[in-house]
Amino acid sequence: MARRVLPGFGLSLGYTLAYLGLIVFLPLAALAVKASGIGMAGLWKTISAPPVLAALRLSFGAALLSAVINAAVGLLVAWVLVRYTFPGRRLVDALVDLPFALPTAVAGIALTALYAPNGWIGSWLAPFGIKVAFTSLGVLVAMIFVGFPFVVRTLQPVLEALDRDVEEAATSLGASRLQTFVRVLFPLLLPALLTGFALALARAVGEYGSVIFIAGNIPMKSEILPLVIVKQLEQFKYADAAAVGVVMLVLSFLLLLAISLLQRWSRRWAER
Amino acid sequence: MAAVVSAAPLRRHRPIGRRLVHGLLIGVALGFLLLFLLLPLAAVFVEALRKGLGTYVAAIVHPEALAAIELTLLVAVIAVPLNTVFGVAAAWAMTHFDFRGKALLGALIDLPFSVSPVVSGLIYVLLFGAQGWFGPWLQAHDIKLIFAVPGLVLATIFVTLPFVARELIPLMQAQGSDEEEAARVLGASGWQIFFRVTLPNIRWALLYGVLLCNARAMGEFGAVSVVSGHIRGLTNTLPLHVEILYNDYNYAGAFAVASLLALLALVTLCLKTFLEWRYGSELAARAPRGH
Repeated sequence: MARRVLPGFGLSLGYTLAYLGLIVFLPLAALAVKASGIGMAGLWKTISAPPVLAALRLSFGAALLSAVINAAVGLLVAWVLVRYTFPGRRLVDALVDLPFALPTAVAGIALTALYAPNGWIGSWLAPFGIKVAFTSLGVLVAMIFVGFPFVVRTLQPVLEALDRDVEEAATSLGASRLQTFVRVLFPLLLPALLTGFALALARAVGEYGSVIFIAGNIPMKSEILPLVIVKQLEQFKYADAAAVGVVMLVLSFLLLLAISLLQRWSRRWAER
Repeated sequence: MAAVVSAAPLRRHRPIGRRLVHGLLIGVALGFLLLFLLLPLAAVFVEALRKGLGTYVAAIVHPEALAAIELTLLVAVIAVPLNTVFGVAAAWAMTHFDFRGKALLGALIDLPFSVSPVVSGLIYVLLFGAQGWFGPWLQAHDIKLIFAVPGLVLATIFVTLPFVARELIPLMQAQGSDEEEAARVLGASGWQIFFRVTLPNIRWALLYGVLLCNARAMGEFGAVSVVSGHIRGLTNTLPLHVEILYNDYNYAGAFAVASLLALLALVTLCLKTFLEWRYGSELAARAPRGH
């Protein structure tokens, strides 16, 4: 190839591939092989056990819901941070990344302390009969926390780069602010919004540390899929754990694939 | 068009109405951030100091806590430099050369971000655990990787693998190869090009990636929890120590140790914001970052 003017191709690519092979590829292959060892029938038996099925539903259901909520709130926060000026904006902007920086175990015990029936927020909700900690609602709250920055951070650069002319054109043609947003801006933002949604979703599905403290981990009710894996490992059911792990990975990838297809479609729609 | 007709009466009220809407949107956004982000952070410190400063200090200078701090630092000191070298090598290969399967390689580098932390730990148990692929061989040679420090390091390397590469690849792509090629024509060797031309151009982005990588390495819980075996004083990192104290109903102690990690998060955020503010243009061409 003509472009290979610079040295170090063999070294850098070789090192990259060797490192990835050892750290990522080999262990994932071990997972696939271990899971395939029990066969399709065994896989189905493991997955269709009621506690596993319930955890599967909870993990993916709560993760989807949390990603939807984060998409809506993230859009609002990104909009406010990019378009409006108010005192403390820089500070707020920095704060958005807190869930990335705060270790999940710390987030987990902090959220539990807040939402427990005697906690700062929990004691406000208790009179209304709303229980968050130690229920599936707690799972949702933790997932919203860990997935929050993704949508804001993917939308911000797109919003900043957005050409104001389009909006002005829409306004001068008589569109209201809301119409301009829904008809003109939203289609332009949709691809980035979907990227953020997908990232938040992937994070929430796999999240462990922040969820297990607040969830209470009641089997069939508030037990998430990663915890099912941990429990199976503790009982030395390695093949079952691998099977659940593989199903989780495959489902996540299918979801992400669907979102990226949706994204491609939305991009074409925006360009039209 | 219908849009024109319906918009006309609205426009007359816009100034007051719009300010109201602005205020409302800002209020809702700030309210959410306060409730969902700031309050948990505040709760960590309030709960940590609830039983007084004496209890707080006692929890932190406890031998098990000190051992956990030491282990956390050790794991980060091994995992972060390894992933830094990997990130630089991967970025060099990805941005200075064309080869087949580049997109696939990029996806593979990002893969650990979409794998659950628990699965990230599980794969190493399946590889090196007693029943794993290399388990019998390791046992025969009396080498312990799982439920020991090497397992913690491996799992941490896996979950923090993409950080540095992800930061460097878009930047180096945007910078192109012109400067490096000019240096080459002028007779510089590969290492000279890297240290004299590339590194000065990417140093702040590199630091940025290392910062995020380190924060995750020190704070990782799920992956490390699976491979640790929770042996007190031996294989407990700080986040695992938080869990143990918490499950022992020693809430003040758990939050005291947690406050150290929260401080780490705050320092990370401050440095990160400073880098963005001071060297924003040199970090530019960033991809949306995650985790």
